[in-house]
Amino acid sequence: MSTEHSVPHFLKPLLETPFHARARALSQHDSYVPWAGYTTVDVFTSAEQEYFAIRNASTLYDITPMVKYRVAGPDAERYLNHLVTRDVRKLRVGRVSYVVWCNDDGHIIDDGTLFRLGPNDFRVCTAERQLDWLLDSAIGFDVVVEEVTEDIAALSMQGPTSCYILKRFGLEGIETLKPFELRDFTVRGGTIMVSRTGFTGDLGYELWMHPEHALTTWDELMSAGQTRGLRAIGSQALNMARIEAGFLMPNVDFVSAEHTVRIGRDRTPLELGLGWLVEFDKPHYTGRRALLAQQRRGLSRLLVGIDVEGNKPAHNALLYRDRDGNHEVGSVMSALWSPTCKRNLALAIIDAPHHAMGSTVWADIYLNRELVWERRMVAARVVERPFFAPDRRRLTPPADR
Amino acid sequence: MATPSSNQYDVIVIGAGHNGLVCAATLARAGRSVLVVEAADQVGGMAVTREFAPGYRVSSGAHLLHQMPLALMRELNLSGHGLEFAATSLATTALGDEGTGLALACGGTPGAGWTARDAAAWPAWQGRLARFARLLHTLLAAPPPRLGTEAWTDKVALAKVGLRLRLLGRRDMREFLRIVGMNAYDLLEDEFESSLLKGALGLDAVLGTNFGPRAPGTVLTLLYRLAAESAAGPMPLALPRGGLGALSLALARAATAAGAAIRTASPVERILVADDRATGVVLASGETIGAGRVVSSADVKTTFLKLLGPEHLDTGFVRRVDHVRTSGLAAKLHLALDRLPGFRGTAPAALGGRLVVSPSLDYLERAFNPSKYGEWPSSPALEITLPTVSDPSLAPAGHHVLSAIVQYAPYAPKAGWAAEKRPFLEAILARLEAYAPGLRNSIVASELSTPEDLEREFRVPGGHWHHGDLAFDQFYMVRPVPGASQYATPLQGLYLCGASCHPGGGVMGLAGLNAARRMLDAGDTP
Repeated sequence: MSTEHSVPHFLKPLLETPFHARARALSQHDSYVPWAGYTTVDVFTSAEQEYFAIRNASTLYDITPMVKYRVAGPDAERYLNHLVTRDVRKLRVGRVSYVVWCNDDGHIIDDGTLFRLGPNDFRVCTAERQLDWLLDSAIGFDVVVEEVTEDIAALSMQGPTSCYILKRFGLEGIETLKPFELRDFTVRGGTIMVSRTGFTGDLGYELWMHPEHALTTWDELMSAGQTRGLRAIGSQALNMARIEAGFLMPNVDFVSAEHTVRIGRDRTPLELGLGWLVEFDKPHYTGRRALLAQQRRGLSRLLVGIDVEGNKPAHNALLYRDRDGNHEVGSVMSALWSPTCKRNLALAIIDAPHHAMGSTVWADIYLNRELVWERRMVAARVVERPFFAPDRRRLTPPADR
Repeated sequence: MATPSSNQYDVIVIGAGHNGLVCAATLARAGRSVLVVEAADQVGGMAVTREFAPGYRVSSGAHLLHQMPLALMRELNLSGHGLEFAATSLATTALGDEGTGLALACGGTPGAGWTARDAAAWPAWQGRLARFARLLHTLLAAPPPRLGTEAWTDKVALAKVGLRLRLLGRRDMREFLRIVGMNAYDLLEDEFESSLLKGALGLDAVLGTNFGPRAPGTVLTLLYRLAAESAAGPMPLALPRGGLGALSLALARAATAAGAAIRTASPVERILVADDRATGVVLASGETIGAGRVVSSADVKTTFLKLLGPEHLDTGFVRRVDHVRTSGLAAKLHLALDRLPGFRGTAPAALGGRLVVSPSLDYLERAFNPSKYGEWPSSPALEITLPTVSDPSLAPAGHHVLSAIVQYAPYAPKAGWAAEKRPFLEAILARLEAYAPGLRNSIVASELSTPEDLEREFRVPGGHWHHGDLAFDQFYMVRPVPGASQYATPLQGLYLCGASCHPGGGVMGLAGLNAARRMLDAGDTP
């Protein structure tokens, strides 16, 4: 910390989040990854142990690098409704919505969460920086769009014991917070905003605070969670949980249409299985005409969940119509042996008509066994997503344990 | 003609500029019920005649007619609707600093003041440029093809462009491709020796643009001007009797004779949209008028960002519209004179023609330089006409009107036009006085329209007479923006027909004609 200010920024291009001092102290692997300009922990001790804490205890994950925008002004609702594919008019104050936005061709630019803090006051959280698109979208709207990433420190608290820990931490009434609801809490004289959101498909909350409260909040949460197995986790464990939950990861499951170079690499939300986010019974929004045309045409490919035979994750596997591997029909985006489901799962983009529920395709899996490559052609079946969706993720109030 | 119900038309045309009127007349002649709504009190847009001082009238926007196709004027029977010419085939005189002059007869035939070398080089130059202009002019009268579509019409149109280029022959095609991206300065330096000649031709290349003669792409703008003149047919520089407004009145009569209704002083507040389709307009008065289709001759920014509103468009499209460069660099000077001025070294007969103050390419480039920094030039370049020489009706008996295009006047000078207009006018008058001694003493009234004034008078953002720069990146298939290059827009039922579209501004009328044809081709069903 002491050298932070003396080292020129270009020699130390990655920023540290307000929680970095605690994360560094807990890191046993010195395993960090850059995320949106910040250095973040990939693995603290072991990805599997951290993963099991998500499903069986509770976890803290630093989401400060999430890019945050404040959108405010008389036209804020109209502006956002023109930006995203969902109907923002239906989003009540104090609620959060998962949204995607597209370019003119209906190709997805990014996904994110939209917080309605007031009638004319919103926050958009995204994985990547989007200010140029958000500002260009603001032409003709009476709205202020500003990045507030550095003004807000954020932690994700996920796991079946998370509600109990937050109660112990001092968030009175947290058990009444419903999924996708947000509320301000006063704790030890400071204000902390909590939303019942997350990227694990489990019971969980996200905590949004002033950066100067970051370290004390971390410490007090850790101490409140001591008896409930609370531990810090890195992005590897989170990635395992999010595949089970069926959530998409930008640059893994799709590439932003603003970043693709090659023709045909863009994806629409309909193709990504996000049709439930695309509403046509609302005023015009960017990409609407293209999406409507695609819906009328029908999808030539679709992102689906598949259950792969055996226990070897189908990382990067090409998918074929038949076992002989002559007719390619798609490829795997994300793959995982699910420790909780005890299933070999993957998210894959598959051409029509092979993406129909219950269809069988063949996955070409390459295994490196002590530097000798082996190839397996195994059957994979299109199955329902999410793969893992425990009732506790929705239960209000959650179990008090 | 179809009979419209009281407030419902087949087509509403926004704007009664020459393009709007050509579009309306063409649609009405094809049997559509058409209403033209115009914000100003008179028709014409930037082709109008108005009084600028008691008893003195002038073409307050464009002041010469040289690009409207003769075939179009005949098709619409404009002479039958009252269009007469006070003068045609105007010659150009390049004014020199020492009272010298250089005459270019209509079509550029060498006249007085030419050097033997330039006169010898001229026929080959003119022949070559005429062939290139013909190549381009075939492109002006049709919608440009779109790139990257699967439509066979686009592919055929693109192939035709390539074929026409190939048919120039090997030598001409190479020469065309060599010079088309070049700057006018270098090309003219290669070809000619007389500074006066080069300066005058250089001004043709940059008139109405945001470029100095050294800017890449100014050969294209020169060819574009020649192409439009070539498309116009044997109808070179001309002065309609009564000014350019007389042309607009004839166009309006042609449109009404075909059954179109025209309402002036009826500014459109916004374009109505229902079920993702343009369904009419709301006037500033609050009156609602319905239409199967709406076609706007307003510029691309006014149409999409003001009248329609970005909420009906996609962000990428809005971004492209917002980025269209629309600031003009040309001002307009109008002088009321109590006698005919004398220009040094110029025969009185030449005063009825076009006088050019651009004595060298360096002079022109220097006139451009200050505009880059929000300043105006102390020695501007000028295109001058004295319309009263051939059309005395524009001024009291024996009196005259001088109309000049002044380059380069920045849209937003540093100190603002309120403070800068007076000194700029002084500089222009001082410059004129040097060519026409005694002119200042004959001035009864003067008016200088800066780009800011032109913006206000003609409701064109930036005051650009092309509704946006003509440059490689705003030309042909990317004009006005990708996604609207064929007069249809992303919104069903909404079309463009103004100078923002291919082939651009200048009093040409082809944007309006192309748009009308496009709409007729598209059929009437939504």
